[in-house]
Amino acid sequence: MNEMNTDSLVSIRNLTKKFRKKTALDNISLDLPKGRIIGLLGPNGSGKTTLIKLMNGLLVPTRGQIVIAGNFPGVETKACVSYLPERSYLPDNIRVSQLLSYFTDFYEDFDRQKALSMLDSLKISIDSPLKTLSKGTKEKVQLIMVMSRRASLYILDEPIAGVDPAARDYILKTIIQDYNEEATILLSTHLIADIETILDDVIFIRDGHVTLTSSVEDIRTNYNKSVDAYFREVFAC
Amino acid sequence: MPWSLASDRPIYAQLVERIKTDIISGVYPPGQRLPSVRELAAQASVNPNTMQKAFAELERTGLIITMRTSGRIVTEDIDMLNHTKKELAQEQIALFLAQMYKLGYQKSEIIALLNNQEGGEKHE
Repeated sequence: MNEMNTDSLVSIRNLTKKFRKKTALDNISLDLPKGRIIGLLGPNGSGKTTLIKLMNGLLVPTRGQIVIAGNFPGVETKACVSYLPERSYLPDNIRVSQLLSYFTDFYEDFDRQKALSMLDSLKISIDSPLKTLSKGTKEKVQLIMVMSRRASLYILDEPIAGVDPAARDYILKTIIQDYNEEATILLSTHLIADIETILDDVIFIRDGHVTLTSSVEDIRTNYNKSVDAYFREVFAC
Repeated sequence: MPWSLASDRPIYAQLVERIKTDIISGVYPPGQRLPSVRELAAQASVNPNTMQKAFAELERTGLIITMRTSGRIVTEDIDMLNHTKKELAQEQIALFLAQMYKLGYQKSEIIALLNNQEGGEKHE
């Protein structure tokens, strides 16, 4: 990612996060440019979710800093960062239509029409109470909400893990077609093979260190293998 | 359906080949407007920047032309289309021959086999 220093949207400097004696992230520095789709890849427990939570202000760094569009994570960044957590935070006792109202109230950049049309394409009724939806459908609803914001940064923690392949195709297609060219998407996943063709760049993270940042095409050109195959080799147990 | 892409090669090169084949086989006839980068990227399920790079390569070779008002169109230069067709055919032949040599055939034997192949004259 040579071009990562120009047009930087996110700048991470010497970021360290310790939980008591365990170091989850160890002195990480990264720049995320505008207009890229970036995969954050690493085995379980490598620090992906810790990094994502720090970027969203849900954790506080032990050392170092994160700057997103000129601000430290906080109220200003929440207005321009659309975040899909790894676990659902949606209350069970409301309907999809109420969720739409929440998002409309909370986020100035929420595009209700876009959400409605995506819900319609996936045949999800807005009258459904969330508790009646299957786990996969709930994930779809949440992803639709997150992707229907006109944000400058989308941070998606394991966005497609629980959805069936057909819905996965639809969601990836929607991401490609609709996201703003200036916006950046950072997504963590284990399902590399399913998404690597839509990625510009990948970040490999292991034991709290960034071990590689590269474009997908560079990996394929230099190693004659997919990112998925390369990942399996690098992180072989 | 996402386009099926080989895992051991750069994606952009495969997009270039696929679009070339679609142009030669008439999916996009001469003079026809091509879908936008976004549309085609979504169709193929690939990154828009990668599709953009493939388009840029096709533009560089002159196979597609950017119009000021109407997006990108396929060239109407028949010589160029024929040349591209021949190039694609040669790539296929090279792949086929490599496989046949692996099986132990000589070129003359391959030609004899081709001549005896039933249904070899099939045209659309």
